[in-house]
Formats: sequence, structure tokens, C-alpha cells
Amino acid sequence: MHLLKLISRNALRHKLRTSLTVLGLMVAVLAFGLLQTVVGAWYAKAEAAKANRLVTRNAISLVFSMPLSYRQKIRTVEGVKQVSLANWVGSIYKEPKNFFAQFAVDDMYFDAYPEYVMSEQQKHDYMHDRRGCIVGRRLAETYGFKVGDSLAMRGAIFPGDWNFVVRAIYDGAEKNTDSAQMFFHWDYLNETVKIRYPRRLDQVGVYIVVAADSDNSARIALDVDKLFKNSAAETLTETEKAFQLGFISMSATIVEGVRLISYLVIFIIMAVMANTIAMTVRERTSEYATLKALGFGPGFVGALIYGESLVIALAGGVLGILLTFPVGAGFASQLGKFFPVFQVSLATVQLQLVCAVVVGLAAAVLPARQAGRIKIVDGLRSIA
Amino acid sequence: MSDGNGAAPPLVRLHDITKSYKRGAQIVPVLSGISFDIGAGEFLALMGPSGSGKSTLLNLIAGIDQPDSGELLVDGVNIGALSEVELADWRAGNVGFIFQFYNLMPVLTAFENVELPLLLASLSRAERRDHVEAVLELVGLQDRAEHYPNELSGGQQQRVAIARALVSDPNLIVADEPTGDLDRESAEDILKLMQTLNRELHKTIILVTHDARAAAHAHAIMHLEKGELSAREEVTGH
Ligand SMILES: Nc1ncnc2c1ncn2[C@@H]1O[C@H](COP(=O)(O)OP(=O)(O)O)[C@@H](O)[C@H]1O
Ligand SMILES: [Mg+2]
Repeated sequence: MHLLKLISRNALRHKLRTSLTVLGLMVAVLAFGLLQTVVGAWYAKAEAAKANRLVTRNAISLVFSMPLSYRQKIRTVEGVKQVSLANWVGSIYKEPKNFFAQFAVDDMYFDAYPEYVMSEQQKHDYMHDRRGCIVGRRLAETYGFKVGDSLAMRGAIFPGDWNFVVRAIYDGAEKNTDSAQMFFHWDYLNETVKIRYPRRLDQVGVYIVVAADSDNSARIALDVDKLFKNSAAETLTETEKAFQLGFISMSATIVEGVRLISYLVIFIIMAVMANTIAMTVRERTSEYATLKALGFGPGFVGALIYGESLVIALAGGVLGILLTFPVGAGFASQLGKFFPVFQVSLATVQLQLVCAVVVGLAAAVLPARQAGRIKIVDGLRSIA
Repeated sequence: MSDGNGAAPPLVRLHDITKSYKRGAQIVPVLSGISFDIGAGEFLALMGPSGSGKSTLLNLIAGIDQPDSGELLVDGVNIGALSEVELADWRAGNVGFIFQFYNLMPVLTAFENVELPLLLASLSRAERRDHVEAVLELVGLQDRAEHYPNELSGGQQQRVAIARALVSDPNLIVADEPTGDLDRESAEDILKLMQTLNRELHKTIILVTHDARAAAHAHAIMHLEKGELSAREEVTGH
């Protein structure tokens, strides 16, 4: 009770100094939260991956495709519940800067991805329109797509004009579900390819292999790849998570750099705060010595110092956390094209809180030790 | 050497106390072989030029510093042999401190400052309030209880400090130049107050001062010079 009173009043003694320290912590915790969210956004697709989904691709590279005939063979592997397929088509909507992912997929694809949620009616409409397409909620919001809109795209991987009609809009079932994608009929792609570039007929980008039981995923991956050993297009099958991680491995160094910087920011504020607390404690040397002379132990003095440091750090930390949400939302609307999922996660908030507490405690370690060590007579002499 | 207290056992007994400080590699002797007694209920003034070791001696008796050698008994307790934690507990119950610069906590009111030592005792909030109000009244500051130190004059702050020294009812009160920062009038008030504590509450008081006028308020005066203590002289008129 009295300890808390002393701590809070001491913290408010130098209002400017305390405000600046709180401000510094707030900015650092905010920056940390945003950088962590960027890292999280980068890994969002891998995090959203399901353990029972495997992705089979050409062993040489994703750039190369596989024959359509593989689908039947993969289905024969024991434990496989379903095989879907998808081709990535990097088409352009109006301008190159309007970048979003588009996939030509078979009709069973949405059974493999139950997290893409849409109404039965819209799904039915899509299934019955050869040129129909499905867009995610974020995509619809970003570009103003509505059901019934026609969508003209310019092909890049598959050159030429492509015309679609929006038949369904899906929502993500989970927070980290990517709802900035567009899907259309693989059959439509293949039929158009047959006319425009017949040599690329019946080629599949990736197979989505759904295991009946995710415990068998590793064995199924080996079995699938065994099927096509020594063929013209050998395959590489891995879990969806590994596949997504492989996708971003090129930029992983940068992302890990961002993560490192986020901790560096915390480290810097820790050093700044340790200096502030040290300065404060030095000024109060005679007060601590007086308390000790009156019979208070070093624990009481330590609690005063740790307490004050913690109070300041938590004030800055909580403000920083509260700011992360609006600022993060602002980031999300600006960076939506790069990060389909940009969400301040609970884990990030927890980490921010832990950082604030650690900064508060760490900043007090040396000053508290110093105050504990100083002899009463020396502390009292520091007055005059 | 005369003994003003007859056969009463001494409250403080120093025997062959030495104390030196290290200044870099150099060892500076401050006290060499000090021996004397202070009887219970005495009011002793310790005088001497600046740097003569008055504060050092007082700090040893008050248990905030430890002698290099010699024996130091206070109320029968060999405080030289206590650990730091034991010494802190001992101080809390047995010594009241009065400092030159008052040493009040600036963030606490007069009431809260006086209450501080009681937090170390197991008292209820109501008991603490009663004790604090009683000593604030004794020093004449009951109407300043809610004031912060910076809202009080130097003399008033020193009276708050005296109330803080009294509140846990110690036998021994040590005062290091308690009037050194006060004008003549306030100083006189403080010294009168200390005389009252001695006379009416039977507190044993050791007053360190280099001011002869202040020392004249005590029963007896001892002079410290170059680490050695002179014979005590009784103050007449008490
Ligand atoms: N903590 C200390 N460290 C080093 N030297 C000290 C310390 N305390 C006192 N001294 C030295 O001891 C001598 C006596 O000091 P002090 O007891 O404060 O004298 P007084 O109170 O009589 O002015 C002085 O020379 C002072 O510099
Ligand atoms: Mg002195």
C-alpha cells in the first residue's frame, strides 16, 4: 500500500522525464508490434496451412508443370481422400500494380479448402458458369467487386484477354485465412489453352492431395513421389505448410532481419530507460540511505526502484499496445496488396507486454544493485 | 571524569573504538582508541572542528556504520557484532535520527513521513494514526499533517523529522548538526524541543554540533579533535 504510493508518486516526480520515457517506450512497443505483425503476415499462409493437405509439384521447379494424367495415379495411393489441382495464372487486372493471386482450380478444390466459406447459392451459380469466378472478401472490398460484375484480365503466363463474371464471394473461416485470392474454372483455362497454345494442353501446376488422416501425410508424400520416379516429370510432394514456407524462403532472410530489428528496437529502449532509471536513482541516493537508516532493508529500496521502472515501462507498453491496433489497421489498408493477412495477433500483444515488463525489470537491475550496495553513511553524505 | 548519572548503568559504552577510511590507496585514520560512556537519560553534545570525526562517531553509535575495532555496547547489545539485517532491525526499534537537512521524503506528507518508521512495526492503521497524531502534536505540527515538506519552513521540516525520530519510541536519539541549516530563532526552537524530549520523555540524546550556543543546551559537552576525545565538561544551569 505505502510501497505503491511511494512508487507512483516517485514516478510522477519528474513529469517531463517520465513522460518522455513513457513516450519512448510507447513508440518502441508500437514499432515492435508492427514489425512482428509484418513478420506474422509474411508467414500467414504457412500458418494457415492444414496438416492433412499435401502439395505435389514438379520436382525441378514450380515453373514446370505436370501432366493431367497424374491425378488418376495419385488417387490410387493408399490413404488419399481427394486430389485437386490448381494452376497459378499471373494475370493483370487493369494495371500491373493491382496484384492479387489467381488460380485456375477444379470443382473439388473447395472441398479441400473448407476455410473458404461462401453461400450454397453463390457456389452453385459459380459451378454452372464456365466463365464464373470466385473472389475473396478482401479482394472484393479493395476493388469493389460485386456478384454479377464482369472482370476483364490481361494474361501474362497465359497471354491474351480473359473475361470472367464474379459469381461468388468467399469469407475466411479463420483470422489468418487469405481472402485476397481469385479462383476460376481449370476447365475454362484448359479449353482456352487448347485453342490458343495447344502445346500447353492438359498441364497442371500443382496437385492438392488431401490425406484421410494427417498422420499418414509423410508416408503418402513418399508414395506419391515414388509413382513418378524416373518419369519425364518427377514430383516433389510436401505438406502444404512446407510448400508455403518454401515459397517465402527466398525472402526469409529479409523477414528474419525484420524480426531481429523488432527486438533491436526493444533493446535500444531498454538501454535508454536503464540510463534514465540510473539517473533517477542517483539523484535519490540520500533518500534511499535515509530509508535504510530508519531500518528499511535493501529489499524495500529495491522494490521502490523496480516498481517505479515497471510502472513507467508498463504505462508505455500498454499505450504502445493500444496504438498498435489503429496503426496496424492503417498499415493493413495500405499494405493489403502485399499482405493479404495483416492482423495484430494475440501472440504479438502478449510479446509486446512481455517486452515492456522485461524492459522495466532489466532497466532497474543495475541501478537497484547500485542503490543496494551503497553504504548508508556514503549515501547520506551525498546530500551535502 | 565526573559522572552525572551516578551508579545508573550507561546506555552507550564505547571501548577503544577505532575507525579509518580508505581514500584510494591511502588509509585515513578518523578515530583512534575512543572510550567513553553515555548514561541513560543524558543529553550530550559532541563538538569539534569540521572533519574531526564527529559524524563518524555518531554514525557508529547509531549503528549505521561499523567500527574497525573496539567494543560498542548500546543498552547491553554489542552492535558491532550484529549483521547488517540485524542492525537494521535494531535501529528501527532503538534509534531516532535527526539530520542536518531533515531528510524527509519529498513525495510524502508530514503525516506520511512520520508514519514511515511505524511501517516496520506490526501496528494497525488506527494505531499508527494515533501514534503519528500524538507526536505531531508534541512537536506542534498537528495542523500541518497534510503538508508536503516543500510547503513547510526549515524549522517545521526539522520538527517533522523529530516527530519521525520519536514515533517508534526509541531510547536513543542522535542528531547530527540539526540546527546547521536553520536561522537562529528556529534553531533555538528545535534545541528547546530537544531539551523537552530529554527532560520529559527521558530520551538519551547525542547532539553533534560545532556551534557552542547549541551545545550549551546539553548537560555535558565533549570535544573531538584529531581523532581524540577530550574530557567531558558539565554544562551548568541544567
Ligand atoms: N565515507 C567516508 N569515506 C571517506 N572518508 C570519510 C568518510 N566519512 C568521513 N570521512 C572522512 O573522515 C573525516 C571525518 O569526517 P566526519 O566524521 O564527517 O567529520 P565531522 O562530522 O566532524 O565534520 C573527514 O576527513 C572525512 O573526509
Ligand atoms: Mg559532520
